[in-house]
Amino acid sequence: MSVSVSRIREPLVLGNKDYHQITEDLVGPTEKAPNTMWIVAFMVSVSLFAWGIFSLIWTFWFGIGTWNLNRTIGWGYDITNFVWWIGIGHAGTLISAILLLFRQNWRNGVNRAAEAMTIFAVMCAGLFPATHTGRPWFDFFMFPYPNTRGPLWVNFNSPLLWDLFAISTYFTVSLLFWYTGLVPDFASVRDRAKGIRKKIYSFVSMGWTGSAKHWQRHEYLSLILAGIATPLVLSVHTIVSFDFATAVVPGWHTTIFPPYFVAGAIFSGFAMVQTLMVITRKCFSLEEYITINHIESMNKVILLTGTMVGSAYLIELFVSWYSGYIYEQFAFYNRVFGPYYWAYIGMMGCNLLSPQVFWSKKIRRSVFWTFLMSIFVNIGMWFERFVIIATTLAKDFLPSSWSYYWPSWVEIGIYLGTIGLFFTLYLVFARVAPVVAIAEVKAILKKYGDQYLGPKAKPQHDHSATEPVH
Amino acid sequence: MKSQHKEVLFGLYNDEEELKSALRGANEQHLDIMDVYTPFPVHGMDSLLNLKESRLHVVGFLFGMLGTLTALIAMSWIFTSDWPTIFGGKPYFSLPSFVPIIFEMTVLFSAIGMTVVFYIVCGLGFGVNNPILDDRITDDKFCLAFQTNDMKESAVKSLKGFLKKTGAAEVHSKVI
Repeated sequence: MSVSVSRIREPLVLGNKDYHQITEDLVGPTEKAPNTMWIVAFMVSVSLFAWGIFSLIWTFWFGIGTWNLNRTIGWGYDITNFVWWIGIGHAGTLISAILLLFRQNWRNGVNRAAEAMTIFAVMCAGLFPATHTGRPWFDFFMFPYPNTRGPLWVNFNSPLLWDLFAISTYFTVSLLFWYTGLVPDFASVRDRAKGIRKKIYSFVSMGWTGSAKHWQRHEYLSLILAGIATPLVLSVHTIVSFDFATAVVPGWHTTIFPPYFVAGAIFSGFAMVQTLMVITRKCFSLEEYITINHIESMNKVILLTGTMVGSAYLIELFVSWYSGYIYEQFAFYNRVFGPYYWAYIGMMGCNLLSPQVFWSKKIRRSVFWTFLMSIFVNIGMWFERFVIIATTLAKDFLPSSWSYYWPSWVEIGIYLGTIGLFFTLYLVFARVAPVVAIAEVKAILKKYGDQYLGPKAKPQHDHSATEPVH
Repeated sequence: MKSQHKEVLFGLYNDEEELKSALRGANEQHLDIMDVYTPFPVHGMDSLLNLKESRLHVVGFLFGMLGTLTALIAMSWIFTSDWPTIFGGKPYFSLPSFVPIIFEMTVLFSAIGMTVVFYIVCGLGFGVNNPILDDRITDDKFCLAFQTNDMKESAVKSLKGFLKKTGAAEVHSKVI
């Protein structure tokens, strides 16, 4: 794979690093005691998580009746949060798989953290359907297994079951992909560690030696896993959208849902990656690995997918009007001007309008704006799911059963709990494993560094050292 | 793997280009290389070490097919003979709605199969402690290793000379 790299393009890793310096910088955070910023963040996250556990126990003790769902609105906060988290969980695999296939080498700085984020987000997402059954100890009923009740099987024609398969597969494949990538980096940590840490990292690094044949197979495995994860990641949110699109509810029954959900998932996933990267690079001083160029590239993806999602909103409105079908027309009129108009404004403002500021290069490269926008997008995408779910159900075919839904403190508690769980897991991960893929960054260091002739370039490489001695 | 002790002579290089040119030299002299260890995948090693192309993709394909068939056969059997149920007036065997699960199972089987086979053929796994020649190989050293069991003193010496001459920063020997 010989790519020619422009001599004036800034290198992917700044600061004229050598291989040893990279190991120092990236393994370092796992060896030192955490800084105050980390401790404060960890305590806040764990508290939120604990509050979530309390709300879950409350739910299981008193039942689903503690939620504000009613006969009209049977799907509310729970599935909104589920879809939100699953969407966020799309960026990791997109960055690692699709960008790997496209040979976008800037992904190497952010892929590890994004993959970890994916796994944690899918875990948070999985919590919601598991809870929604009300009796989580019977959740294994959802899987097809030979049983004594007939055997009575699950319904393989149901999108909800497809969803179960899609998400379990997605979680498993992402985990394998992530862990296989981590093994060589754990070996780097292992070879610097002493005592009990050495034992632990020896265990998790699976005896990695760095043999040429192992590397060859490792690269092969990564590439093929990327190849099969690419259609997988597109299938997951497509199937999530089928949960709605195969229903005959006006406002849900649309063929635009799969592409629009996938674009939205990538959009929100990248926003969450930005939120985490801005914090991570600051907290662990990784500004030279996760550079402004990385942030700018991701902002471009946010701009693109945000505009796609925005167009989908407008097309939806147009199609409902053009369809001439009054129930469809009412569903959308109700979204825009109905009792949940504020959610619609939030969705349009945060998803369609706010990312447009990224047309400006200055804003794309500003850390402050990136962080602000990433929060906006996360909020906007939450509103999108809320608009689709609650607004549509609130005013159904029968005006006598129209209702209004607002979550109870228990539902909000569970949601905050998953945010706590997500950040707790991420913070722990950032302490025990290298947040930037060490081996992958080393592999691109020279190709994207040695050619550079712009300002701050390192003095020209002395080639005599690499000349073979005969 | 044989449990017999291996005497290993290895040189540590500071740069992958030095290692590659050393390998070229070793190939010219027809030296029997035990293995090469690097901190990251160095491209162009396959031809220098005469490594065959990995066949993991075949494994992935076979496991994927296994997943496809498992899902297809299981769902067809369940819905046509074990417990036939009519959903929305559709036929018992409604292939289009089986597609999503067939696809997911294909990917799942393929990914798990390939990854497990990868760890097995590489001899890696939780709790495995492969001998490490030098702690800096996972940091910034590139290692070229020769096995020197039953070798004459003079042959070992000439290997040492070869490593030094090709630019190895350090040359060590170790019994593993």
